[in-house]
Amino acid sequence: MPTELASLSLDPVTDLRQLTEYSFMVQALEAGTIVAVLGGCFGWFMVLRGQVFAGHTLSVVAFPGAAGAALAGLPLALGYFGSCGLAALVLALATAARRDSAAGDSATIGVVQAFGLGLGFLFVSLYGGQLANLEALLFGTFLGITAGQVQTLLWVAVASLVVLVAIGRPLLFASVDPAVARAGGVPVRALAVAFLVLLGLAVAATAQITGALLVFTLLVMPAATAQQLTARPGPGLALSVLLALVVVWVGLTIAYFSPYPLGFWATSVAFVLYLAARLLVAARRPRVGTAIAEAAA
Amino acid sequence: MSGALELRGAAASRGSAAVWSGLDLDVAEGEFVAVLGPNGAGKSTLLDVILGLLPLSAGAVSVLGGPPAAARGRIGYLPQRRSFDAGSRVRGVDLVRLGVDGPRWGVPLPAALSSVSREAARRVAEMVELVGAGAYAERPIGELSGGEQQRLLIAQALVRHPRMLLLDEPLDSLDLSNQGAVAALVQRICREQGVTVLLVAHDVNPILSYLDRVVYFAAGRGLAGPPREVIDGPTLSALYRVPIEVLETSDGRLVVVGTPEPPGHHHPCGDHAH
Repeated sequence: MPTELASLSLDPVTDLRQLTEYSFMVQALEAGTIVAVLGGCFGWFMVLRGQVFAGHTLSVVAFPGAAGAALAGLPLALGYFGSCGLAALVLALATAARRDSAAGDSATIGVVQAFGLGLGFLFVSLYGGQLANLEALLFGTFLGITAGQVQTLLWVAVASLVVLVAIGRPLLFASVDPAVARAGGVPVRALAVAFLVLLGLAVAATAQITGALLVFTLLVMPAATAQQLTARPGPGLALSVLLALVVVWVGLTIAYFSPYPLGFWATSVAFVLYLAARLLVAARRPRVGTAIAEAAA
Repeated sequence: MSGALELRGAAASRGSAAVWSGLDLDVAEGEFVAVLGPNGAGKSTLLDVILGLLPLSAGAVSVLGGPPAAARGRIGYLPQRRSFDAGSRVRGVDLVRLGVDGPRWGVPLPAALSSVSREAARRVAEMVELVGAGAYAERPIGELSGGEQQRLLIAQALVRHPRMLLLDEPLDSLDLSNQGAVAALVQRICREQGVTVLLVAHDVNPILSYLDRVVYFAAGRGLAGPPREVIDGPTLSALYRVPIEVLETSDGRLVVVGTPEPPGHHHPCGDHAH
């Protein structure tokens, strides 16, 4: 972090040079780009499948995972991936047994989330109340990202995206039309488990940048915005990734030139984009209505 | 074997509970068959057996001349619904497209790059045209009416040109004019494309004039035959083991009266036209 606040010159070349002057910022941009692509893709499927609450729970359990790793002196990444992966398996096994019972599922997911939070609190208090990076665990930081972390992130992202591409079409089928997909030979339950585990990995990766509480900045906000704007699967996914990239890049840039934290800026950018999409869709609706009325007349 | 579907002394159970037994059924290619009976009598269970999702507990089944699993790719299936959530962000054409190659691994390439995708898009357009859904197929499925959704789902079930079509209560939750229109559409497809159709229904009347054969489930047993032979007083009385009368109205509707109606069970075959 520069001791004096950098100031925006509004000259793109100068600003880009300022942005990339420090290696922590380069690594933040690299890591942010990776998690934006990851969050955009997995978030789109999460929103489509109506698993936002499961995604939220996975992000909350990132907190006890990281706090536990800090307490045990283990690498934080191990805590993130371990706890999110484990929670994803637990959720998958607990909810996949039943078919079509969203109400029971959300109660199960809530129970896991509450227990996860309790564990996190325990680990923090065992640490002696001096867990220096508690705020970073919850709200993220872009100061401490090392080159090694970026590399781990990249491998996790490439591996999980390769799997997502391999299961993409049947996963879409199972998400929008499970009964017909099952009759067509799609392993609907196995796909549900696989998706939750992949989502857990994506959440763990993203939480290291955004913190456990602001994972949704990249998981739900770009995806929800994209699904407001288009119902086409291909363009929707692409738009979700593009919006996540905008959120990260714009958020990082503003945060660098201002005294306020990344988590706030990224979330604000994402929120403004979502609001704009809602307004755009609302403004488009009545015109479609009158067009139909005119055609009918 | 020439028949589209053959069951001999077939029995099915869910877990340890027997659903029905003693079913003999012969369906020839291109026939229009209704599967009737009260809720919980095992109508959908028969479809699960045909799809190979549930093995018979006794007896034999042959689907399109072989075991059910081998026929799966030649069967179009429309499950009991299944109305889409109003917020469902997927278009009608995407749903029909998933009927083409949805179970295949990987992701489809854009039509501009792939002749396979172009061919799939052509088939989707053809089916959307066939069911008359062109005006709304590009809209999100959740915004459509029940009748519109049902037409698109039939297009999805038909898009791979199946030899057999299994429709689980496609007329439920439709208003009367849509029931008639969807029934007529299914019958037209059955005749024009020579597709064998098994249609599960609560009410036989909207489809009665089209039917070649009915399967009636009640009281743990299944009975099959031509509609006027199965849906008559003595036959249904024997099936339910209580006195039942079948009346015919002046416009040819059948009304089944005197059937037992245990709590929670629907009238098996009554006239819902009020």
